[in-house]
Amino acid sequence: MRSPTGNEIAAGEVILAVENVSLAFGGVKAVSDISFDIRKGEIRAIIGPNGAGKTSMLNVINGFYTPQQGRITYKGQTRAKMRPHEAAIGGIARTFQNVALFRGMTALDNIMAGRSLKMRSNLFWQLLRYGPAMTEEVEHRRRVEDIIEFLEIAHIRKVPVGVLPYGLQKRVELGRALAMEPDLLLLDEPMAGMNLEEKEDMSRYILDVNNFYGTTIALIEHDMGVVMDLSDRVVVLDYGRKIADGTPDEVKRDRAVIDAYLGVAH
Amino acid sequence: MDILYKIFIDPFMQMGQAPDLLVQTLWEGLVAGVLYSLIALGFVLIFKASGVFNFAQGIMVVFAALTLVGLYALLGRWGLPAGHLTAFIALGLTIGVMFALAVAVERLILRPLVNQPDIILFMATFGLTYLLIGMGQIVFGGESKVMIAEELYLPRGAIDFKLAGGFVSLQKIDIAAAIIASVMVATLAIFFQRTRIGRALRAVADSHMAALSVGISLEQIWVVVWFAAGIVALTTGIMWGARSEVSFALEIIALKALPVLILGGFTSIPGAIVGGLIIGIGEKLGEFYWGPLLGSGIESWLAYVIALLFLLYRPQGLFGERIIERI
Repeated sequence: MRSPTGNEIAAGEVILAVENVSLAFGGVKAVSDISFDIRKGEIRAIIGPNGAGKTSMLNVINGFYTPQQGRITYKGQTRAKMRPHEAAIGGIARTFQNVALFRGMTALDNIMAGRSLKMRSNLFWQLLRYGPAMTEEVEHRRRVEDIIEFLEIAHIRKVPVGVLPYGLQKRVELGRALAMEPDLLLLDEPMAGMNLEEKEDMSRYILDVNNFYGTTIALIEHDMGVVMDLSDRVVVLDYGRKIADGTPDEVKRDRAVIDAYLGVAH
Repeated sequence: MDILYKIFIDPFMQMGQAPDLLVQTLWEGLVAGVLYSLIALGFVLIFKASGVFNFAQGIMVVFAALTLVGLYALLGRWGLPAGHLTAFIALGLTIGVMFALAVAVERLILRPLVNQPDIILFMATFGLTYLLIGMGQIVFGGESKVMIAEELYLPRGAIDFKLAGGFVSLQKIDIAAAIIASVMVATLAIFFQRTRIGRALRAVADSHMAALSVGISLEQIWVVVWFAAGIVALTTGIMWGARSEVSFALEIIALKALPVLILGGFTSIPGAIVGGLIIGIGEKLGEFYWGPLLGSGIESWLAYVIALLFLLYRPQGLFGERIIERI
């Protein structure tokens, strides 16, 4: 479970801190001067109306975007810039708003791809598919089968993911992220476009991951009911600024939040 | 009636009357097919791993062969004795050059174009093609060269045997080419389908963003795949060069890989092989038995007609992955 880089962080301590981060695309400010932190072991929600800068924030955290200003401290190490695959090595996994799977590959291969970083055998053995490469393949396959069982997707193991219904694609994507055994899991709208039953399933998986593996989770979600039930703390963005931060109950009563969601009379 | 007879009956009568000629033609087709397959394989490798149709694959074949011959000559001028040892030193150096080329392509072309649409990357490979043509001509000159086949222990001469009252003649170099190609293909197919790096290659082809998020380094994957394509190009260059000569005309022949890929599917290694063999054999049979009806020369376009028919009925090719778009 432990990644080779970074220090050990005890549960409840800050695993990731974002300080005064600003990000602009040309003249458009996606995120301005945002600070918040994520504590180890919690479920942290990022909410806000459309265009509030939530996805941009996730992209900054896992290195797709480099902020023009601000600092990010992950596992005690402060950085200005981190490349996405370095973030992955550091134990940050994520899913995407519009599902980014390897469409031509089976569900099994997609999840196996999530274990790329854990596999070590070299090109030579891989070309022969013998010796260490084979042992390794079997060992990781076992882990992946556990995840497949946990997410109840055994029946679609060998199906190319491009033909799966949306809800199952989202589940495979979660499986791929879990295969990385991440320390911090970023979920971008894990329940978008799902019906009630699918939402309940997904909520259960998220809670189970958090409970059983102690994985820290940061999620973006629009369904307020889900957010309030799942999360320990909520940060609210609006037009790229932070307008509230606290427990679900605190946030629900916050004047600025109510105004942002319901509109305000001037 | 006469024309129908000439199309549907006469060629098969000829085949029956002279089985030795038929076998010889089939063999020629098979050999041409193996070489088409090898070129197509280079395309498939890069297409699988980056979704890019690498227009430069043909010129990479020429470039690799020219580099090998050029380095051998250069080492000779530096005083190394002509022979096997020098040839293999030159081969090692050429592999090094192909690796350097892979790294350069990744640094200078692919990395600045990450996440751009495929068409942009495709255009960039056009640029690479003309760059390699120009560089090749400046460094090695435009004239044709002789491949150092014998120095690399490639067999020469032919095996003749009697068949049904006639002779069939198999070039040893062609047999060697077929064996080397088979081994290469088998290795690559297993590698792609069943290993971590192979999976990572396919992952990168499907989605750059998702691949990055699971910690696959695009840089590393691209170098691996361009290097592999470079090695395939070098092998093709040696084999083809040993049969005829090393010249820029090879680049045109490399375009035959296009119908091969349409037939076999752009993402399938077995497809490249089967497609290559069908095109190779189809071409030779067509030329020999039906060509005279149309005044010969059909070898140069028959492959494209076959490919066109395939596009109409099976656009993903024989073995291509059928990716269904959900809307």
